[in-house]
Amino acid sequence: MRHGTVIIGAAQAGVQIAASLRDKGYDEPITLIGAESHPPYQRPPLSKTFLTGDPDPASLHLRGPQFYANNRIELVTGTTVTTIDRASRQAVTANGRRFAFDDLALTTGTTARPLAIPGAGPDIAQLRSLDDAWALRPRLAAAGHVAIIGGGFIGLEVAAVAAGLGKAVTVIEAQTRLLARTVAPPVSAFLLAAHGRRGVDIRLGTTVERIEGPTLVLADGGRIAADLIVAGIGALPRTDLAAGLGLDCAAGIPVDDRAQTLLDGVLAAGDCTVHGAIRLESVQNAIDQGKAAAATIMGRDEPNRAVPWFWSDQGKLKLQVAGLSAGYDRCCMRGDPEEEAFSVLYYAGPRLIAVDSINRPADHLAARRLIAAGAAVPPEEAVRADVPLKTWIPASPL
Amino acid sequence: MSRITYVLSDGSERHVEAATGMSVMDAARRADIPGIEAECGGACSCATCHVIVDPAWIDRVGQPDDMEGDLLDGSAAGRSPTSRLSCQIQVTPELDGLVVTVPPQ
Repeated sequence: MRHGTVIIGAAQAGVQIAASLRDKGYDEPITLIGAESHPPYQRPPLSKTFLTGDPDPASLHLRGPQFYANNRIELVTGTTVTTIDRASRQAVTANGRRFAFDDLALTTGTTARPLAIPGAGPDIAQLRSLDDAWALRPRLAAAGHVAIIGGGFIGLEVAAVAAGLGKAVTVIEAQTRLLARTVAPPVSAFLLAAHGRRGVDIRLGTTVERIEGPTLVLADGGRIAADLIVAGIGALPRTDLAAGLGLDCAAGIPVDDRAQTLLDGVLAAGDCTVHGAIRLESVQNAIDQGKAAAATIMGRDEPNRAVPWFWSDQGKLKLQVAGLSAGYDRCCMRGDPEEEAFSVLYYAGPRLIAVDSINRPADHLAARRLIAAGAAVPPEEAVRADVPLKTWIPASPL
Repeated sequence: MSRITYVLSDGSERHVEAATGMSVMDAARRADIPGIEAECGGACSCATCHVIVDPAWIDRVGQPDDMEGDLLDGSAAGRSPTSRLSCQIQVTPELDGLVVTVPPQ
């Protein structure tokens, strides 16, 4: 008897593998196991629109209620797999339930990096899950002063939501500029100014030394009294199952561009993976690695060569990132930061490798195609914001 | 509830009962309409929920704002005169009977 595929982790990447397997004609059993009690849902809105108003949790669900049954996907929620018995090819839960597999896909995602600060207690909010967001909503509504530890994407998104609700907001970021690992200095400087205009007090280059009741004591001597503290200091890949199989998971679960780990019949996709030295946390990566994993399970050679992309809505600021800017040697700007609509183009030599856009979605969509095509985009011409970036997309061969 | 008809790329039709307040994208996703990928989940960020509104309905649906228009200009299928992002169309009782076409990928 064939056991088919067991997927551990029922979120964006896991659902994509299951859906793509059926799309490609896979006819064997598929079991999708999730630790949370909710049906698979999308996380990006949790730090944005979901925090205000009157949202329906069902609007977050990745697929409709009939999808799993219609596609013969056995969805098992509220169930945590604790070990993989590789000899018998079974995933085993804490209470001894066993799921046999031929192929195993690990889509275990991330967990919030714990806050190791003296005085930090359980009242400090984190934001990874639907339950986290649901718990944060009333606290945010009731708060007067919100302190956010970490000026990353989630921190800035929550800051924008809180400022929009009229709260006093302070963000504490250890780096000397915002999003230092992701965007260039001009974008960091813009975000600092733009959030400042909206009343967000951003403290750069300092850390929280300790927490005394409602007061954060900073390394630079500053003291911030807040009635709500949110920690957004990054995420750690969940790798315990993969490590238990003997894989070296120092930076994530290592995979190739086919979502294959070093173990035959064991795949991984999404935020928990590292490819080369790069670990991406994005919907796009979960989807594209998920598709590649499904192809690999079916014995097809369909590597993931997608251009990475990402977005972060921070109030009225729509930041969209195409490509990876690491290793750029020059950049140029089109549009006007004063008008809160511009893009930064990053080059490595003559090659366009990434584009960050603020409120210029047409630039973003064009950039994804330009980078994928390896198109020549002369910087001295691309700085003219009135010339559409798509001008340089090569014509498709007929 | 409003009835929305999705015309798929193979010419077949799917009828969906959608609750007021959800988006035309949400209704499609909950009914597993193929071709509406909605990768960004309704954030007006990816243009993968592009639909072409039946011209008889475009006045009631309305035109896109600048941001949405820019995304439609860059969409994979190319923009048509009545193109919209379905995540930006809220279902209302006035849209009962709406017909939209899902463009080929």
